[in-house]
Amino acid sequence: MHFLSDTVALSRLQFALTAIFHMLWPVLTTGMAIYLIVIEALWLKTRNLDYYRHARFWSKLYVLNFGIGVASGLPMAFQFGLNWAPFSESVGDFFGTVLGFEGTMAFMLEASFLGIMLFGWERVPPLIHFISTILVAFGANLSTFWILAANSWLQTPAGGVFVNGKFVVQDYFQAIANPFMVKSFLHMFLATLETSLFVIGGISAWYVLKQRHAAFFAKSFKVILAGLILIAPLQVFVGHLSAEQVYHYQPAKLAAMEAQWETIPAGERADWSLLAIPNDKAERNEWEVKVPGALGYLLELKPTLDTPVKGLKEWDPANRPHMIGLIYYSFRIMSGIGLFFAALMIFTVIQWLRGKLSEEGIIQQKWLMRSWILAAPLGYVAVETGWIVRCVGRQPWIVYGQMRTVDSVSHLPAGEVLFSLVGLTSMYVVFLGAALFFGGRILAKGPNLQLDAPTIGARPKLGVDLAQHMPDRRPAEAQQ
Amino acid sequence: MELEPLQKFLPQVWFFVLGLFLFLYVLLDGFDLGVGILSLTASSEERRSILMTSLGNVWDANETWLVLMGGSLFGAFPLAYATILNALYLPAVIMVVGLILRAVSFEFRENADNKLVWNLAFGVGSFLAALGQGFALGSVFEGITVDASGHFAGSIWDWLTWRSVIVALTLVQAYVLVGSTYLILKTSGDLQETHYKTATIATWTTLAGALFITVTTPILSEQARALLFSTPMVYIFGLIPVLGGVLIGLLLRSLKKREEVTPIVWTFFLFALSFIGLGFLIFPNIIPPSVTIYEAAAAPSSLVFMLTFIGFLIPIMLAYNLYNYVVFRGKVVSTAYSE
Ligand code: HDD
Ligand code: HEM
Ligand code: HEM
Repeated sequence: MHFLSDTVALSRLQFALTAIFHMLWPVLTTGMAIYLIVIEALWLKTRNLDYYRHARFWSKLYVLNFGIGVASGLPMAFQFGLNWAPFSESVGDFFGTVLGFEGTMAFMLEASFLGIMLFGWERVPPLIHFISTILVAFGANLSTFWILAANSWLQTPAGGVFVNGKFVVQDYFQAIANPFMVKSFLHMFLATLETSLFVIGGISAWYVLKQRHAAFFAKSFKVILAGLILIAPLQVFVGHLSAEQVYHYQPAKLAAMEAQWETIPAGERADWSLLAIPNDKAERNEWEVKVPGALGYLLELKPTLDTPVKGLKEWDPANRPHMIGLIYYSFRIMSGIGLFFAALMIFTVIQWLRGKLSEEGIIQQKWLMRSWILAAPLGYVAVETGWIVRCVGRQPWIVYGQMRTVDSVSHLPAGEVLFSLVGLTSMYVVFLGAALFFGGRILAKGPNLQLDAPTIGARPKLGVDLAQHMPDRRPAEAQQ
Repeated sequence: MELEPLQKFLPQVWFFVLGLFLFLYVLLDGFDLGVGILSLTASSEERRSILMTSLGNVWDANETWLVLMGGSLFGAFPLAYATILNALYLPAVIMVVGLILRAVSFEFRENADNKLVWNLAFGVGSFLAALGQGFALGSVFEGITVDASGHFAGSIWDWLTWRSVIVALTLVQAYVLVGSTYLILKTSGDLQETHYKTATIATWTTLAGALFITVTTPILSEQARALLFSTPMVYIFGLIPVLGGVLIGLLLRSLKKREEVTPIVWTFFLFALSFIGLGFLIFPNIIPPSVTIYEAAAAPSSLVFMLTFIGFLIPIMLAYNLYNYVVFRGKVVSTAYSE
């Protein structure tokens, strides 16, 4: 088979699979950490034990995700050298620096205080515990910042020049604050938060629907709903800003997101494509539904545009992304989910204002609760499709306009890459299954509503003595 | 080409910083992996639970030193990061797979009814991670074949030689040793007694491996021989075995006297001593035997920029790591991993 002996294709597949898998876990841990701060603050302020029990309950899901997040992050850290050695050597001066910062500033902070956050309830005073929770959340989000700074630099390389294929940095701060950095970070930050809040909301809704601890989970439901009033619309807006920056800096990607083959000249009505069947080979859409003038409104708030929107045919096929259908639909799935999230939030808030979410009333809201359960996994879908738009749409470049993906792969025997690809993939399949199974178990078991406030103090040490482990092997009559 | 003082000094500083990260990793994740390997021999679920609980608050931070070291090597010596990982693809994958297996098994085991699978994943994962690291160490030690521009030019099985096998097994022994001394510190009763025994055995097996490597190195490598017998190196390399012998004596004595804290302290010193020896042997190369730190280093501006931030953070990271150990000092108090 041709594909199995193609190191470039295998390395790309391996990167894509490991990144997509890794992405599933930090989304929840970065976002939920912020929720845990809020819950713990509520406990410290009101001293209502339910909030403390909430903190303990959600932490269980948190650790489960965290472990897999760390595990799947490890291959990411080494993959650049393993599979993308020419890339690493060429841009290491900047890219490696940023990954080094991520480790020292973010990962270590998160990892060191995580122990106290999870196991330290009875070891440190509440205030120290609270500070630890904040530091864990801060570390996680700092790592989002650095990884997005690095990835944004791949999209809009700045702060230096390529000399003989090697990137020479002239201004580090400019490279970090590259044109994509701010909005992309904001979009990702909101994505982790929004996904986590919808997961928490969906799980709470599930308990309410099953009438298990409904009053208890009505609390978490309202906390996340209050957060989403701000976050859900903001995400749609920041997503829009992301699309605008793509339009300015990566017009070929925008054309792919819109499956726009022909250029729309200035002064002509710019329609927005709602559904289409793009055909890569024939360079056209087989079938298409359009909303007249909508693209004009999205980009310049009027039906006709002052600047033309370039079509894919403007670029040589070697210089523009392929798999247009994937990019096109990924983008529509993500933005569709963003709009759905905002709509669900608004509808639920209306019900809240009408007093329908009281402790007795919320149980009656069957369809509303079902919609929230449906929404729980959608954030993940949006995150993954968002990354597909961003990374597949950047092709054929690894560093946009500067370095091609095909030139950045290590010269490894294909068999070696196949070995690691198969190994990692099969482990990941098992882990995903196990995580869903054990996550389901934690949910089935439910929160511990008997839990008392933590008391700080030394507990007796645990000794394991001989008698417990060595069964008595003397003959029966010798025992008394 | 004459190097400017700054062009010499910065790579040297980074060689030292990376050495420090690697040392902290080997020391801290060393006991962590060692406990993992020892868990394979635990005689009951309860004991295994105690072993894993003793790592609950530290394993992630310990592993993070490796991630730090990877990221910093990438930034400070991009060529070395690319070439070494390229050359050591298989050992690195073995290590990563091992680390993944053990990382997930903490939580999976905690929630599972049938713990056998995850017990195995934890123990075998720890073993594979140690083995992968040992092979990597062994082959860096033996030298990596590169072309004129420092890119990997060897073949995929270069890392597997009889000497790298011995280095790998010795590293496993050393991890078991430091893991046992950690458990002596964290447990009591019969469980502690068991690890006095494993520590004593591991001291002897590690010593055997180390002696073998030390003796064969100058015999087999011309370059090492030249370095070892040049002044002033000959004094340094003369002193190291003497100090090592003293430390081993002290370690065995403390184990015999059933002391709780000193065994791990002497083991740490032993690790430090071996590390210093290794550092002297490799310096100024970063991809032995031919690429020096000056050739592989990033631009001086990069090194300064990184050093400004990371250098500033090193004491802070050490401080909160230490704080973590202080908060959880004392014996393990529960068998539940997430209490
Ligand atoms: C949403 C933000 C986000 C994104 C886009 C990524 N990560 Fe990640 N990563 C995290 C957020 C995160 C995290 C939340 O900070 C984790 C999860 C658990 C942890 O300790 O940190 C993490 C863990 C984690 C670890 C393990 C750290 C440890 O041992 O503590 C590594 C090595 C990486 N990641 C590397 C990467 C690479 C190379 C990525 C890009 C391709 C990447 N991550 C994307
Ligand atoms: C530092 C951060 C990142 C860097 C440096 C980066 C860089 C890359 C590289 C090297 C590839 C392989 C080239 C290729 O496949 O064509 C790639 C592809 C990809 N990445 Fe990213 N990426 C980053 C973050 C992410 C994250 C966090 C995700 C989350 C899921 C992601 C999703 C993808 C996907 C889906 C592909 C496949 C594209 C394809 O194969 O055509 N990326 N990116
Ligand atoms: C109407 C709503 C949305 C719009 C218009 C939108 C728009 C975009 C665009 C244009 C990109 C590509 C940026 C690039 O290629 O550089 C993107 C990326 C992304 N989107 Fe969205 N998005 C929306 C909703 C969402 C939602 C709800 C989520 C997740 C909860 C999400 C998660 C992501 C992620 C993770 C990325 C990749 C990283 C990044 O660019 O920050 N998006 N989005």
